[in-house]
Amino acid sequence: MINISAKNVDFYYGDFHALKNINLDIEKNSVTAFIGPSGCGKSTFLRLLNRMNDLIDGTKLVGDIVIDNENIYSRQTEVVELRKKVGMVFQKPNPFPKSIFENVAYGLRVNGIRDNKFIEHRVEESLKGAALWDEVKDKLKKSAFELSGGQQQRLCIARTMAVQPQIILMDEPASALDPISTSKVEDLIYELKKDFTIVIVTHNMQQAARVSDKTAFFYLGELIEFDKTDKIFTAPSNEATQNYVTGRFG
Amino acid sequence: MTENSKISRNKKMSQNIAFWSFRILSIAVVGILFWILGFILVNGAKVISWDFLTKVPTDGMTGGGIFPAIVGTLCLMLGSVVIAFPIGVMSGIYISEYASNNWVVKVIRIMTNNLSSVPSIVFGLFGMALFVNTLGFGDSIIAGSFTLALLVLPIVIRTTEEAMKSIPDSFRVGSLALGATKLQTIWKVLLPMAFPNIITGLILSVGRVSGETAPILFTCAAYFLPRLPTSIFDQVMVLPYHLYVIATSGTDIEAARPMAYGTALVLIGIVLIINLIANGLRRYFGNKVKTS
Repeated sequence: MINISAKNVDFYYGDFHALKNINLDIEKNSVTAFIGPSGCGKSTFLRLLNRMNDLIDGTKLVGDIVIDNENIYSRQTEVVELRKKVGMVFQKPNPFPKSIFENVAYGLRVNGIRDNKFIEHRVEESLKGAALWDEVKDKLKKSAFELSGGQQQRLCIARTMAVQPQIILMDEPASALDPISTSKVEDLIYELKKDFTIVIVTHNMQQAARVSDKTAFFYLGELIEFDKTDKIFTAPSNEATQNYVTGRFG
Repeated sequence: MTENSKISRNKKMSQNIAFWSFRILSIAVVGILFWILGFILVNGAKVISWDFLTKVPTDGMTGGGIFPAIVGTLCLMLGSVVIAFPIGVMSGIYISEYASNNWVVKVIRIMTNNLSSVPSIVFGLFGMALFVNTLGFGDSIIAGSFTLALLVLPIVIRTTEEAMKSIPDSFRVGSLALGATKLQTIWKVLLPMAFPNIITGLILSVGRVSGETAPILFTCAAYFLPRLPTSIFDQVMVLPYHLYVIATSGTDIEAARPMAYGTALVLIGIVLIINLIANGLRRYFGNKVKTS
């Protein structure tokens, strides 16, 4: 089932033509990796999916992005509702200066949930889902800043899960982490696809190969190739893709 | 001696000279400050007593105490902060979070900068024209508070703006990405983080308010009023103005001299205590932001 569908998407930062005629369909409960050299537009495209680019002045979008049969750039779209449905995990862990518990509860509270029993239950469930519960269950009241970088990133994932989005966008979620934390996050991504559609931007080829079902290769604002991850890494049909995944440039 | 070691010796020397200049200048500044404080402390301590703090002035302001002036100063501090704080904080938030960087912001910023360089006597005249006469508050605590609030508004606006701006965007996007509205993001994430720094603005403005004489001269301060105010529409005696009066135009300036030092000491003491309280609050909220 198609979850995200981009049709003829062009995107501009002022005069800069950042994305050129992107067409892409992403299936539900799959992991899709976006790869490509810096500045190729992959993060820009990711941020279009929850309208994070709205925060930047002077941008322009042409074309349609449809999530769940709804054009998310139509006038009727409530951006706040969209972002509940399409969660996001950032490159650097960015927990709030609150307790571990309150970090996870935040998304529920801002969405008007007051039932404390429910919140407690959902926080526990989310921390378990993010494979963090055992490490933090005795110090939920402690500041999130006391956690290690890898734990903080899993906390941010838990925080996102707590709102129960359909889709989780991840913008190089492991690039600021050590190898052990990275592998924990990768294992987690694999688990998460049971419940969520995952789109992940990464600079790490092995990571893309390990975690994703499909891979999209972006280059200079264009979507060069989009196919099953196996195919992209073993028998890509485009030469530029071949060169990039084998490390000849990028 | 080689050329190289000569250069390095010269470098060392000029470094030493620079360090010592900085050091001496810093010590000089602190020294002068302590000299002033010490002078006032030594001279003022003689008249400080429970009666001085709790009694009304008597004998043509050469005897008795300064209780009404202490109360008046505290009223004005409280009044001006209560008025300036919400307005200033909201303006600061607006400039930092809502206004996109266009001419509106530029105008607001230029105006606030100009406002902060306007001589305080001009605020006094303006306050008299607007609050005392036009709005009909009369010479009163409320007119004085509004005038002082205008005076400190730029400080509050600027510290709020800077406190908000110093928060990395990652916290904003983190909150928005969870489906929080902009208002929720400001209220629940940004403001708690900015609060300790905003408190600094409060400290600065309270210090400023307590020492100003000119803005309250025509709006609030009473020359001699040996009773406590009964409402916000009452005039009050105020410490800095009282100091000015007994030092320059009282009935017997020489006889009132010790009272003047005592008044100065009390004024400094109040500012000091308020700074300590504000510092404590700042630390308390700072910790709260980290652990709760």
